[in-house]
Amino acid sequence: MITMENVCKTYKIAKRNAGFAQACKSLFRREYETIRALNDVSFTIGDGEMVGYIGPNGAGKSSTIKILSGILTPDSGTVLVDGRVPQKNRIEHVKHIGVVFGQRSQLWWDVPVIDSFELLKDIYSIPESDYKNNLEELKELLDLSELLRSPARQLSLGQRMRCEIAASLLHSPRILFLDEPTIGLDAVSKLAVRDFILKLNKTHGTTVILTTHDMQDIEALTSRIILIGKGRILMDGTLDDIKKGSDSNIDETIAELYRTYEI
Amino acid sequence: MTASNKLTAFNNRINNKKKSSIKLYFHYISINIRCMMQYKTSFFLNVTGQFLVSFTVFLSMFFMFERFRSVEGFTYSEVLLCFSTMLLAFSLAEMFARGFDTFSGMVRGGDFDRILVRPRSEIMQVLGSKFELTRIGRMLQAIVMFVYGIMASGIAWNFSRIITIIFMITGGTVIFSALFLIYAALCFFTLDGLEFMNVFTDGAREFGQYPTAIYGKKMLLFTTFVIPYSLFQYYPLLFLTGRSDNIILMFLPLVACWFMIPAFLLWKYGVRHYKSSGS
Repeated sequence: MITMENVCKTYKIAKRNAGFAQACKSLFRREYETIRALNDVSFTIGDGEMVGYIGPNGAGKSSTIKILSGILTPDSGTVLVDGRVPQKNRIEHVKHIGVVFGQRSQLWWDVPVIDSFELLKDIYSIPESDYKNNLEELKELLDLSELLRSPARQLSLGQRMRCEIAASLLHSPRILFLDEPTIGLDAVSKLAVRDFILKLNKTHGTTVILTTHDMQDIEALTSRIILIGKGRILMDGTLDDIKKGSDSNIDETIAELYRTYEI
Repeated sequence: MTASNKLTAFNNRINNKKKSSIKLYFHYISINIRCMMQYKTSFFLNVTGQFLVSFTVFLSMFFMFERFRSVEGFTYSEVLLCFSTMLLAFSLAEMFARGFDTFSGMVRGGDFDRILVRPRSEIMQVLGSKFELTRIGRMLQAIVMFVYGIMASGIAWNFSRIITIIFMITGGTVIFSALFLIYAALCFFTLDGLEFMNVFTDGAREFGQYPTAIYGKKMLLFTTFVIPYSLFQYYPLLFLTGRSDNIILMFLPLVACWFMIPAFLLWKYGVRHYKSSGS
């Protein structure tokens, strides 16, 4: 179970106008702007739930994921994941979670993917038999058998993403965070990834928290949606709640929603 | 369970943890080597380059002693021994701890996120992320020099002197590693590699070819109390060459290891300050 209560997080961002002279000026005197990435965010997610976390760019989605996975420390508020405070006992916490950053790779670039997997086995101290079982299962579900022997740099984006997801699941985490997992993927790869996430949730009861801009992802995967904008939770409900009283397609509905909330 | 049983269980747990960390470290080294072997031309050129660079330093020293018989009372062979010990300590530290060298990119690009979501110590993972095998050129150079230095030194080797030189190398490796760690920790605040830190690492390797005392009293004080190079170089060298009989000098390199403590604390402080990058 994941609970966030009254969580706030601010960043200081250095600002300057364009040009070399301005860059020199800012070397000595810098203007900062404080951005409230998260402003009094509270929600609870139960075991085995699949939650879509949506909002425009810069709304605070990634900050939330980073706080839940223990990378960032919130300024105030309490965070509990399965009874643990992520920032306090980092090592114990991260044993039980998997994180996929859609924009960042965790595979070693120059060696075959299977070498990266073997290293992860040692990092997470996964017992031999568990590792074998998990690998077999992931290989079959994500159709990896052809990919594992190629170096990561020679895979296509879709192929690599499938390997990334597998890499985050080798240690059978209870909670999986997916930060834009379908970004830049073609239709076939997208469907494969969605299909897999559904199966994972059904067979293992893994809690999945997914951020995305792709509304089809949300439609296909999640029953619950949390909408965040300007660091605040604006809506927490089902897809039908959002669609209510509108017969246009989902992208338009969401855009309409962003407009009404002025985010 | 009796108290002694409990203690054994506890010890076993610690031992298992240690074993698995060592296993993981070697796994990291192995994957780094596999990566490097993908680019073999670059690998061999790097090794040769590193070898030649330290060789020129040796040449400059050699030619100087052609003209002057000694520097501040230290003979050529003594300086050679001093230089080779320093070089060996530096290359050991460099080989294992240079992962911190590319650390600024890791912090700026937000790749440190990945390290934080894995259940291992941050230092271990950063070290493993970049194991500099190409520095093996410098390492080879250092070993050749060291063997030559030992043979040419004309020191009457006995047990305490052998221990002293082992302490010197250990202490030196620890201090250089600590300096690399400080370099990395500062990246958390500056987001950029600080070139001036190389004055203390690469610079120390160069000026450390001569016993630190020849640079004057102030320098000796600085290298004793601030960054304790002298503790593993000048003072034990006095003992090694028979200039002093004071047995305490033998253990000074171990005392120098205190330097790791502030380095480690600064690192811990830096990790807490880590701000990930966008998206």
